[in-house]
Amino acid sequence: MKLLGFLLMAAGWAIALAAVALLKTTLDRGLFVLAGIAVEVLGLALAVRAHQPARGESQ
Amino acid sequence: MTPAAALCLIFIFLVPLAPAGLSLINTGLGRSRSAAHAMLGALCVMAVAAITYCAFGFAWQGLAGGAAHSLRIAGIEWNWIAAEPLFLRARTLDGSPASLVVLLQILSVGLAAVIPLGAGADRWRLGPSCASAALLAGLAYPIFAHWVWGGGWLAQLGTNYGLGHGFLDAGGSGCIQAVGGLTALAVTWILGPRRGKYPMHGMPAAIPGHDASIVLFGCFPTLVGWLGLNAAGAMLFAGAESGRTVLIAVNTTLSAAAGLLAALAISAFRFGKPDASLCANGWVSGLVASSAACAFVTPAQAVAIGLVAGGVVTAAVAYTEWPLSIDDPGGAVSVHAAGGLWGLLALGIFARFPDGASGQWLAQLVGIATLIGFVLPLTYTLNWLLNRVYSQRVDPEGERQGMDLYELGAGAYPEFVTHNEEFTQQ
Repeated sequence: MKLLGFLLMAAGWAIALAAVALLKTTLDRGLFVLAGIAVEVLGLALAVRAHQPARGESQ
Repeated sequence: MTPAAALCLIFIFLVPLAPAGLSLINTGLGRSRSAAHAMLGALCVMAVAAITYCAFGFAWQGLAGGAAHSLRIAGIEWNWIAAEPLFLRARTLDGSPASLVVLLQILSVGLAAVIPLGAGADRWRLGPSCASAALLAGLAYPIFAHWVWGGGWLAQLGTNYGLGHGFLDAGGSGCIQAVGGLTALAVTWILGPRRGKYPMHGMPAAIPGHDASIVLFGCFPTLVGWLGLNAAGAMLFAGAESGRTVLIAVNTTLSAAAGLLAALAISAFRFGKPDASLCANGWVSGLVASSAACAFVTPAQAVAIGLVAGGVVTAAVAYTEWPLSIDDPGGAVSVHAAGGLWGLLALGIFARFPDGASGQWLAQLVGIATLIGFVLPLTYTLNWLLNRVYSQRVDPEGERQGMDLYELGAGAYPEFVTHNEEFTQQ
């Protein structure tokens, strides 16, 4: 799940880069960059969940 | 040296007060048995970061208009890494703007390297923290800083794709603060929480900092350091003229003040009384958020930026501890990562330019996407690899004894030891 989370973050960044390079209007670019950030946030959520310690593990 | 360069040099001389203040805050928020370790760790990571950056980092970062490697995509150059020689061999350190950039960057990378120490307090060994600082100063920091301050593809989003003036970050909300804060997040994940922080049942254990007065005193040098950082950064990276530094100083101070007051009001509302450590974090988050837009907004907008930063950090500190289970004693992730990202976004929302360039918000969003989608995975991978060959977390026995005794052989406060005989024999 950690790996998937970080892959999603990188994929979101790739979406944002592709939007800037391939799309023309500000609206289109903005929507796709926001979509890329949403994918990154999803990846971040997965990474957070994968790193949560089990209760009592730190005792 | 021109008068403007001399003024800029004076501002740069103030910058070391920023990591000094942060070190005091991190030390006070940690345990007393790790206090000397925390301060020595800050000095050591700054030393390692400065040398590594001079040896390797600046070669990848470079200067705008300097030698660089580019990719050509659909007829447009994407400048992705500098091609300077190692050990600053191509630079004459003579008071020129280029030499001032080198000096500011040596100090800035030290500030970025100090940030993760707050997240790893009470359990991050000295040697691995220095090695991690070397990775930050040698790779993660200079690559992103080249893209923003070295004429890289983020800085060129304006000229290449018409997105405002390209990604802007005058004082380093992204390049310094968010990079340091995201590295802190990676380090926290790799180290895991302190022993006893998350018990089997109930809420996370509160492990309060050992000295609130050190924490609050640390806020004063951070302000002075940030005044220098924002003013020098705006002059060197945003083309601000000397007279504009007054506006920058006013904006920086107001943002910090608003961050503090927002944190104070929110913590007083939630807990019945103001929380000293949250107030300190609100102050620093106001400074962090002010950096990007300090030269481009009005004082009223700076207050708004600080107020939001204070609210963001208060929510983030509570939310990262529980339910996200991120044990971050110094609040580095909340203050520097969340505050830095907000500062970058705030520039896109509030900044207005005389030439009426539009699309700045989109350039800022692309920069934020790069920090989350590239810098965080990169810095996590680097620290994960480091942890495989050089274990970063102290042994359980070291955590029980405290980092001072276990790693340094002596505590910061030897007179604090309680002698039972003295108290029992009357």
